[in-house]
Amino acid sequence: MNRFAELLDRLAYEPGRNNKIKLLVGYFRETEDPDRGYALAALTGALSFKHAKPGLIRDLITERADPVLFGYSYDYVGDLSETVALMWPKATGASHNESFLGHPSPQPSPARGEGAQPPRSPHNDVEMTEVGEGRTGGWVPSPLAGEGEGEGYRGRDRSEIPRTHNNPPPPTLTDVVTTLRTLGKAELPAQLARWLDELDETGRWALLKLVTGAMRIGISARLAKTAAAALGDKDPHEIELMWPGLSPPYLELFAWLEGRGDKPVNSDPTPFRPVMLAHAVEDSDFANLDAADFSAEWKWDGIRVQAVAGRDAHGHIQARLYSRTGDDITGSFPDLVPSLHLPGAIDGELLVLRDGRVQTFNVLQQRLNRKVVSPKLIKEFPIHLRAYDLLGDDENDLRELPFTERRSHLEAFVAKLNDPRIDLSPTVPFASWEELAAARADPKSAGAGDDADAVEGVMLKRRDAPYLPGRPKGPWWKWKRDPHIIDAVLMYAQRGHGKRSSYYSDYTFGVWTRGEAGDELVPVGKAYFGFTDEELLQIDRFVRRNTTEKFGPVRHVVHEADQGLVLEVAFEGLQRSSRHKSGVAMRFPRISRLRWDKPPREADRLETLERMLISMTGS
Amino acid sequence: MCGMRPQDILMPLPAGLCCKPGGFHIDPVRPVERALITHGHSDHARAGHGAVLATQETLDMMRLRYGENFAGSVQAVAYGEEIRLGDVTVSFHPAGHVLGSAQISVTCKDRRIVASGDYKDARDPTCAPFELVPCDVFITEATFGLPVFRHGDAAGEVNKLLASVKLFPERAHLVGAYSLGKAQRVIALLREAGYDAPIHLHGAMEKITYYYQERGIPLGELRPARGMKKAELAGTITLAPPSATQDVWTRRFPDPVTAFASGWMRVRARARQGGIELPLVISDHADWDGLTATIAATGAGEIWVTHGQEDALVHWCKTKGLTARPLDLVGYGDEDEGETAAVTGEAQPAGEAKA
Repeated sequence: MNRFAELLDRLAYEPGRNNKIKLLVGYFRETEDPDRGYALAALTGALSFKHAKPGLIRDLITERADPVLFGYSYDYVGDLSETVALMWPKATGASHNESFLGHPSPQPSPARGEGAQPPRSPHNDVEMTEVGEGRTGGWVPSPLAGEGEGEGYRGRDRSEIPRTHNNPPPPTLTDVVTTLRTLGKAELPAQLARWLDELDETGRWALLKLVTGAMRIGISARLAKTAAAALGDKDPHEIELMWPGLSPPYLELFAWLEGRGDKPVNSDPTPFRPVMLAHAVEDSDFANLDAADFSAEWKWDGIRVQAVAGRDAHGHIQARLYSRTGDDITGSFPDLVPSLHLPGAIDGELLVLRDGRVQTFNVLQQRLNRKVVSPKLIKEFPIHLRAYDLLGDDENDLRELPFTERRSHLEAFVAKLNDPRIDLSPTVPFASWEELAAARADPKSAGAGDDADAVEGVMLKRRDAPYLPGRPKGPWWKWKRDPHIIDAVLMYAQRGHGKRSSYYSDYTFGVWTRGEAGDELVPVGKAYFGFTDEELLQIDRFVRRNTTEKFGPVRHVVHEADQGLVLEVAFEGLQRSSRHKSGVAMRFPRISRLRWDKPPREADRLETLERMLISMTGS
Repeated sequence: MCGMRPQDILMPLPAGLCCKPGGFHIDPVRPVERALITHGHSDHARAGHGAVLATQETLDMMRLRYGENFAGSVQAVAYGEEIRLGDVTVSFHPAGHVLGSAQISVTCKDRRIVASGDYKDARDPTCAPFELVPCDVFITEATFGLPVFRHGDAAGEVNKLLASVKLFPERAHLVGAYSLGKAQRVIALLREAGYDAPIHLHGAMEKITYYYQERGIPLGELRPARGMKKAELAGTITLAPPSATQDVWTRRFPDPVTAFASGWMRVRARARQGGIELPLVISDHADWDGLTATIAATGAGEIWVTHGQEDALVHWCKTKGLTARPLDLVGYGDEDEGETAAVTGEAQPAGEAKA
């Protein structure tokens, strides 16, 4: 643990990426298994245990140390974990800094000897009195220095003072991680206290950061994996590919990286593979893109999933459904599992189909985040998988193949599955960007037919691109249909978080509706992005100058017919909502423009949203 | 002549700690007739006094900094030597802070007050170790007077520096260190750890470092950093005043790793604020454990606490049944408080920089 703590400590101060990698590689090289594996897990966020609350840490320190001194210290340091790590009273018997060691015992001054009191050595002062105050023996505390802060005059000739020899060694990272996994909540405080006794300051700091889940040290999972790859001179991409099948403490991985073992094979029959994501294409990008290099397909307004089937140790098919972030969502869609009867990994869109027609996202939403999936729900919202990529075919990893080859594998795979719940996402033929722009503007007549309502744009995929985890720029583009836009009036503003905490950056906006006393504004949504930094400054200034009331962090901003700020709000969709006074809720709203030019009276009305809602959902 | 109360022997005045029965001030911040100086740091040792009594090293350091005529007259005192001044007897005892640093013991009849100046109880190969002087009133500094300050083993910190030099052989390591005392201690610790390559010096610390060598403290081969080619500085260690490590001066070094040797480096936010990549917790002041242990061991029943985190240390003393007060309040009326605060404020930045 102390070694890992040193690494974290050093990483926290090191600004350069290459230097961070160097520090990490150094650690991986010098640290044994399984500690380095758990370190890799901690750095990649692959460890999971219940985190300790700050209150628990506070209780631990005030039990051991003077609460007043803790108060002064916390004020000074400003960070709970660090304060506690720094001031944690040393366990008695611990070795100390070098004070006076090797020097002759301090002699009483000659002048003192002539005084009224008999001459005496300061050591006698220490040793004669109140030995019982020492907790576990070891250093004998001074009569004045009990209970932690200060541990008695170390004055300090080691030979004079007995030491305990039964100090446990400090815990390793492995000890900590494996213990935390199984530790009951009630046992946590005592265990933490024991570890804090055994660790050095940096170790205590790292331990507290780890157990409170506040380990922010500027290292991404990607960087940690890159460093692991550098240990064995491997391409980080290779680690990304095998990563889902690996688990802490990654013994096989390190064996392979050090040339002591074979490349790890995935032992999980249904691993999640990190997904490939697209960048939004801008109009200006097309000048540098050749239409012939790309294949296009519809961008479906569903949810991205990875459907994986594999054979377990007994040869039985096992299937799992993952969200794009790798969460296992199989339990929410039991009706899809029987359809995944061939080993392989499909990247696709989860949709609701009724009578062969794709329903909108609003309909699909009824199936999301359900704890209980009733037969009624399954019947009324029949789930469907529209496949657009194949990452694995039985035992074969296809991700290194170009898109066109994967697409042929996918077509064959879907045909072989021959299941009504799984179909192919069709490609959209086009010869030029103009042709594709026309298809995107009118999906209905460009092949999407009755499913056009569930199309939110087109996806562009380079024909020669392998399947790369993350969001590499270039191979995949998303070209969304223009969003819906309304003009709304800023009503309330709230301070943001983090580096925006000094700005009013969260905005509640409303549209006009007829009220009891004539037209009034009704809130329809909240947005906190979409604007530029410069626009943020402008809105912030406007909010501060036009506040009519304050409620804690919320400011009530002037919004009259002739006074106020009109925001152009872009959004992806609308749905009915009983939680909103307006009765509608927006999907993905963001500020697209500031309309300083527009008086609030000319902003949109709720009726406009009602009409949009009907045209979107047909209800 | 000596009254019953300790404040009749030593009393803080705007000019500094004043001993009326002895006719002198200790570490005065304004020119006075007779000054006793604990050590050579500029906030304690100022020019312009009539007569100065200090250790030979402290006098030499004042001469190096201020020139020959820094005082009307000087007298060198050896550690342990007793000198009668007016109604009191004074003696100087090693404070372990820097070369020549002393605690000053003032005895009047059978009452003894020890003004520790700055001190540390940790090992330092460049100066005499702290000597414990039992006393009735102990005047302690409180630079690191919070229990979060525990300096640990300086040798371990130096090993951290050496490990970094080994890990980044293509980079230069710049170690910010106060030029009087800290720099020489770091160099000496590097030598003890077996580092025998030449160590480079910023121009501002050459004179004082060579003085240490003259006094017989082995620091190995030292070279000025000036005039070196950038490539030659790869893999080297250079000592510089802390302010220089953030200066354009650093551009002559290849991708420098910025280290800082200071007790303040214990607190991460402080190190980060300073843009430090390699904080080295090496302090020439006693840490919390050192302060509390020393206070206890002096046997003093009354503790006066000065410069630093007085509140916490005063609180601690009181919980141990000791009479304790921040020094600036002793014997002062309210009308003087403002001025005292200003004096303390003036001295603080220098105190911080060398901590």
